[in-house]
Amino acid sequence: MKSSVMRNALGWVGLYGLWTTMIVVTIIPIYWMIVVSARSRVELFDAPTLLIKSFYAPNYLKPLTDPIFQRYLVNSLVIATSNALLVTALALLATYALSRWRLPGADNIFFWTITQRMAPPAAFVLPIFLIYTRVFKIGDWTLFDTQLGLILLYCVFNLPFAVWLMKGIMDGIPVELDEAAFVDGAGRWTVLARVVVPLVAPGLAITFILSWIFAWNEYLFAANLTSVNARTITTGLAAFVSVTGTNWGEMAAVATLAILPALIFLVFVQRYIVTGLTFGAVKE
Amino acid sequence: MRSNRMGWALLAPTLAILAVVGFLPFLYVLYVGLFDWNPFSNQLGMQWAAVNNYRRLVFDGAFLDSLWRTGLFAFVSVSIELSLGFLLAQTLVKNFPGRTVFRTLYVLPLVMAPIAVGATWRLLTIPGFGPIPYFLDKWFGIDYRLGTFADQAFLTVVLMDVWHWTPFVTLTLLAGLTAMPKEPLEQAQVDGANRWQVFRYLTIPMMMPVLLTVIFIRLMDALRVVDEVFMLTSGGPGTATQFIGIHIYRVVVPKTDYGYGSAMSLLVLYFTIVLCWLLFIALAQVGKQRE
Repeated sequence: MKSSVMRNALGWVGLYGLWTTMIVVTIIPIYWMIVVSARSRVELFDAPTLLIKSFYAPNYLKPLTDPIFQRYLVNSLVIATSNALLVTALALLATYALSRWRLPGADNIFFWTITQRMAPPAAFVLPIFLIYTRVFKIGDWTLFDTQLGLILLYCVFNLPFAVWLMKGIMDGIPVELDEAAFVDGAGRWTVLARVVVPLVAPGLAITFILSWIFAWNEYLFAANLTSVNARTITTGLAAFVSVTGTNWGEMAAVATLAILPALIFLVFVQRYIVTGLTFGAVKE
Repeated sequence: MRSNRMGWALLAPTLAILAVVGFLPFLYVLYVGLFDWNPFSNQLGMQWAAVNNYRRLVFDGAFLDSLWRTGLFAFVSVSIELSLGFLLAQTLVKNFPGRTVFRTLYVLPLVMAPIAVGATWRLLTIPGFGPIPYFLDKWFGIDYRLGTFADQAFLTVVLMDVWHWTPFVTLTLLAGLTAMPKEPLEQAQVDGANRWQVFRYLTIPMMMPVLLTVIFIRLMDALRVVDEVFMLTSGGPGTATQFIGIHIYRVVVPKTDYGYGSAMSLLVLYFTIVLCWLLFIALAQVGKQRE
């Protein structure tokens, strides 16, 4: 009896010890970034402490008032939001088609697109660059360095996952509901808008948020397919490294701003993040 | 009753976009890989090279070296993530006070942009004010310099990957553990099986599909890692952390060796597909055994 109580107590100590360690290790790098973002250049080279004694606002104010950085931020917002809207709308139509019609070969196409995700992204930087600068060309206008270029490109990463996520949800809605509406004289589009969409709305929200996060986070293509006009916040962040005499405080501030929206969104999609990241293979 | 035409019409926009930005580039890589093409070399335009680019790859020391490093990195980090993730997932199956808080804080790195993850770790390791070099020196007398010592750089990159992705492994395995039927486990305990036996002969086999899915996704992503490593070490010191993604990038973008880079991309894509295909077969086998 006594030994089992002892063992139980040890188990609790072990459990909380393990998790406290994990949380400390997880949080410290993020916390340190915020600490650095709150310090001036002089304070930084004192011995490292984890305390935030004062808040050095210029680290945040300088990028936020800089028109170039503002443009990066706006670009990121526009690109991520448009891409997420586009992906969600297309996934809705596509999964409605896949779940209500038997279309030979359609599933294979989506399986094929996932192989795109397996390849090193660097492998596709060149062909996309060449296609954007040479094939999609109307006079002087090309897809290179445009928001539209990145919005379309991110579909390659987001559409397969969105389709697989939505497919499971769409299959869960009984066809009888569609048919009942048809009997009442509704057309295809009415059924889709009035019957199906309200039922899959939570799924659409999750698809939107996850696509948004992936698009917001992308770096490699954004860096190589833009030069001036369509640069995003991730490329702005990476630029801090190559610039000589790096201003670490400012870089930390920009990095903090870059992860903030995704962390806020995480609150809403926490339960679905596994489904999203495993392409619907594992459900939580 | 319903015509397929409407179905295809609904799919059409999706397929059109995937064809243009997904399939077309793939064909293009295939095509360019058969040429010698470097716009900034003295020969003009594309020169037909048949399979020469592929022949070159087999004898390219830098490429093979990078491939080996990438494999080592993927193997080491995915092994650590799996072991640690499995342990953590098992502690989360039962509810306990504070579980939700732990879980919520623990998954924060998961949604961070890889480039921001790299920035975070760079701030931790900068000589002069980063806490890692400072405390390693103060407490253990270890001279930690990311830009100088290859082993330290490699280990740091592995640690960063473990920090970034173990939450994903944990959550996915937790989903699998939660969905697992409880009766066989309880029955085995009644029959006198010890913890290890239950784990080895019941938990592991029942978790096999989820485990393989996690390995599949993590391997795929570890093999193509670019952003965070680029931000932390830029592939250095020397080529210590120049993984295949960064290597291809260097060949294609700064060196503009388009033909050779394309061939390299295709070969790596092929390796990855074969690897994933093997995992899929394993997955299908496990599925069959279950039935």
